[in-house]
Formats: sequence, structure tokens, C-alpha cells
Amino acid sequence: MLELRDLQVKIGERKVLRDINLHIKEGETHVLMGPNGSGKTTLLRTIMGFAGLEVTGGQIFFKGRDVTDMPIHERAKLGMGMLFQRPPTIAGLKLGKLLAVTSGERAGLVSEYTRYLHMDNFMDRAINLGFSGGEIKRSEVLQLMVQQPDFVMLDEPESGVDLENISLIGNAIARLLEKDVHIVNRKKSGLVITHTGYILDYLDADYGHVMCDGVFRCHGNPREILRVIKTSGYKECLACQKI
Amino acid sequence: MPEDMKQMADLSSTEKDRLTQTGLEVEMKNRSGSFFQVDQEIRQTASLEKGIEVLSIREALQKYDWLEDFSWKLVSKDKDQYTRYVADQPDPRGFVIIARKGSKTVYPLQTCLFLAKTPIQHVHNIIIAEEGAELHLISGCASASYTKTGSHIGISEFYIGKNARITSTMIHNWGKEISVFPRSASKIEENGIFLSNYVCMQPVRKIQMSPVADLAGKNSIARFSSIVVCTPGSFMDLGSVARLSAEGATAELLTRAITTGGTIISRGMIEGTTGHTRGHIECKGLILKDGIIHAIPEIKGDVVDTELSHEAAVGKIARDEIEYLMSRGLDEDVATSTIIRGFLDVKIAGLPQSLQDQIDAAIDSAEKSGF
Repeated sequence: MLELRDLQVKIGERKVLRDINLHIKEGETHVLMGPNGSGKTTLLRTIMGFAGLEVTGGQIFFKGRDVTDMPIHERAKLGMGMLFQRPPTIAGLKLGKLLAVTSGERAGLVSEYTRYLHMDNFMDRAINLGFSGGEIKRSEVLQLMVQQPDFVMLDEPESGVDLENISLIGNAIARLLEKDVHIVNRKKSGLVITHTGYILDYLDADYGHVMCDGVFRCHGNPREILRVIKTSGYKECLACQKI
Repeated sequence: MPEDMKQMADLSSTEKDRLTQTGLEVEMKNRSGSFFQVDQEIRQTASLEKGIEVLSIREALQKYDWLEDFSWKLVSKDKDQYTRYVADQPDPRGFVIIARKGSKTVYPLQTCLFLAKTPIQHVHNIIIAEEGAELHLISGCASASYTKTGSHIGISEFYIGKNARITSTMIHNWGKEISVFPRSASKIEENGIFLSNYVCMQPVRKIQMSPVADLAGKNSIARFSSIVVCTPGSFMDLGSVARLSAEGATAELLTRAITTGGTIISRGMIEGTTGHTRGHIECKGLILKDGIIHAIPEIKGDVVDTELSHEAAVGKIARDEIEYLMSRGLDEDVATSTIIRGFLDVKIAGLPQSLQDQIDAAIDSAEKSGF
């Protein structure tokens, strides 16, 4: 599904990602952990193709195509999607209007997804304007359900969300990633940034990666990695010479 | 232009389209009355609603002596060269609309001022909503497709009586070499409401106006909204003034302005001269291409208990907003126009849906032509 080969990224003169290699196969969910400022969000934004990030080396392959220089919307059309940790507020643009524009042939499903995520009363509201933390995430998940990407990047889907909403959002993301489909037949893949790991209760991630200072420091079982981080913080990852 | 053209329906399809873009209904469906003036010739005055009178100003001044007390009382004849020009005309043109006490229009009443051949079109309009009356106006002002130059000078005086309500939605569709000088003022009595909306999405050489609202009655409300797109070569000096001169009076002045190369001066002035009053000015501007937006919000309070505020922001579309929509699969052009459409999408509280629809349609039409 997604392959990153020796990816090097700069913001201005600063090298922010180095020697990034990652292979996410069809049906797999990977988890990305690391301290604040380690480059996790930058990696997701680079994969999506946002401006302000310069790929100085390496390549991004998606579904077998080199998408390193592809515009954002073409990557989206090819099947990439992203849940933003802090999406922008777009004054005047109603959530319902955006869904109408993006839904295309899935227009008939919008109302079902809207009800499922309890967003019925938000269709006439400007995107993210005055939304609470949980509402922002529900709006993000709703947009992704309408978009139905094959590869979903989730940037801290549980941050700022209360326990009741975590369950709703977690189940919706599980649906988005076809967690109800047997692994053999599952087509959807994901890359999830999490600090708390709460979201893993819903996702059954396959692989975990730890990023520190723009490089991967560890790959392994996501729950084991999380346990180590919860007990000892990231210092063991930094000291680890395994990679 | 054919000599026998008496009504809007008789216009060529090109001219009808231009009027339709200003929200006018040429077949008069869902309209409670109409006034239609081409150049200086009045082609139609009609009211289908009981309690609402639509007259030419000449006819009205002959019919009602008392109307003198409403003529040139809110706008001074000596305000400037344009008011003097209109005041000096021996044979005035324009309309008078009187909504009698307690009358209510279900459908809006439309007024159309169409500039075709005359170098200067001048009108003087008086609109009166008596106590408890409710009147909705849609005013479409346009020039003919073949009219290259000309000026339009329009004097409008609005009287909103006790517990009365007037909504006035004016949509302009002029040409690149047409200059426009509206001079409007309103007086709002106790619990009266005046909503004034202005939309101009098409080229104009120059438009300059600053309607004044005198909130003279307790708990009166005035709300001015302007939605404009200023194209290269256009100069728009737009403002509005609200004087809060009675307790409980409230005024809001709202502007959404986009320039694609023209110059916009967006003025707003609220003066709080009495206690327990509130006023707010909001001006948001987007510079899409080379152009100027100069926002000049002014608030002046001279008593303790008046609350006045303003906010103004001028800038470009944020890159992160465009990229956010691109990540949902929209290409850059569609993402940009979707954001612009949202920026202009102002829902005006208290405006009947049919009039809001006309504003939305005018914006949709501009969106289709790529702003």
C-alpha cells in the first residue's frame, strides 16, 4: 500500500526527517509513537504532500506509484486520507456543503454516517468553528468515512476527546479500517499517531514504530512498545541501539 | 430598444438575464408588487398586496400633501453635488412605497432601475412602513448590456415606524464604465427593524455610498450587510453609518469584501449617543489578486453605557485551509472557490428565505464565472 524509501525531509534549512523507511501492506495498521516534536506529524504531512516540507531525498510509493511529487488532491483521489490533529477552521464553509462536494457517488451514505457519528446538528455549521475537541474529531472521522480512503493517516485521533467520544470515534475508525473484515480480505490500511494508546483498544494495530528527532528508533509490537514507554518514557528508546 | 417595451417581460433575453442576476423576477412570480423605471421613464408601478401602495414619486407627491414631510427630510438636498443634482430636477423620478399600518407582505416587492440610454439616471425614492407594517424589498439595479457609460444617482429615504420592519436587499449589476452614487438614509422608530443588504459581484467603474441609519426609537435595530467582489478597474467606496440615539438601540455593520484587482474602501461608523445601546462593525476582506482593501471602521461613544466594538481583517486565503480541502480530494481551484464561497456565505438574521435565496443566487452566479 505505502512504501517510504530513505525519505529525507527539510523544513527551511532544518533537517526534520532522516532515513525514513517504512512499508505498510494492504490491511495493516501501524502505530507511530514518539515524544512531542519528534517529527511524527511532519511525516504524515509529508506523505500527504503538504507545502512547507521539502523532500530532499528518497521516495514515497503509494499503490506502486511514485507519488513523491504528486499534488495533495491527486494523492487523496488515489486513496489517501488524513485525520488532522488540529484542522483549520473555515469560516462560512458548512460541514454539510463540504460533504456534498466530496461525497460523489457516496452521497447516499452521508446521512447514515452523520447519524452514526452524532453530527446531524453540525451540517449547517462552519467547519470546526466553535467545535469542541470531540466534535472536531467526529467531524474529521465523518469526512473520512465519506471519503473512504484506502490508506488512512490518523494524527492523535483521541487527543482532546472524552471517554464516551473515544468509544464512538474508536469504533468508527475501526470501521474505516475494516477491522470487522478478516485480515485476509481486509483492504484498508492505517498509520496512527498516538501518545496515550487508548485508540489501540479499538484498532488492534499490527506494528509499532518509535520516532525520535526525525529518525525511527524502534520497530516492533505496538503494545509492547507502548508498555515500555509508559513505564520508562522514551529514554530507553533513545538509548536503544537495536536499529 | 423597442418603443413598445412596457414591462420587464418585454426585454430581450440578454437584458432579462442581467435583471435576473439582480434578483428580479421578470414574470412577477412570488412578488407582491413592482416598480420598473428605464432611464427616466417609469414603465410600471403595481401593488398586488392590500395595504401597500406603490406610486411614482410625482404621482405620490400630487396625491398626498403630507408626503412633503417625508421628502428630503432624511437626506439633505445640499449634502453634495449628487443630491443637489437630483433636487434640482423639475420633474422627479423614482418611487414611493407606503406600507400602511399593520400591513404585511408575504412576498417581496421588487423595484428595478434600469439604465439604458440616458447619460444620467436619477431617482428619488421614499419608503414608508407605518406602525406594525412589514415590508420586504428587493431592488435590482442594472445597466443594459449595450450601455457602456453612464451614471446612476439614487436618493432613498426609509421611514420605519413603531414596531415596523423593512428589509431592503439591493443587488447591483452595472457595467465597467458606469458610476453609481446612491444616497440613502433611514429613521427607525421604537422597536422598528431595518435590515439593509447590498450585493455587488459585477464590474462597475465607481460606486460610492454610505447610507445613514438614525436609530431614533427605543430598542430599534439596524443591520447593514454588504457582500462585494471588486474586479480590476472597479472602485468601490462603501460604508454605512448608524447613530444610536435611543435607549436599547442596536446596530450591526457587516462587510465581506473580495478584490480581484479593484479598490475597495470599506467604511463603517457607529455612534453611541445614548445609554444602553450596542453596536458592532465587522469587516472581512480577501485580496485574491492585486487589489486594495482599505477598511476604516469607526466607533464613537459619548455616554457611559454604550457598548461599541469592531473587528476588521484583510488578507489572503490561508494555505492550510486550501490544503485541508485538497486532502479531501478537491483540486486547488475547487478548494479555493469553495473557501471563497464560504467566505461570502453570510446568513442574514431576520431576512426572509426568498431574499436570502436571491443573495445566494447572485453569489452562485459570480462563483460560476470564477469570481
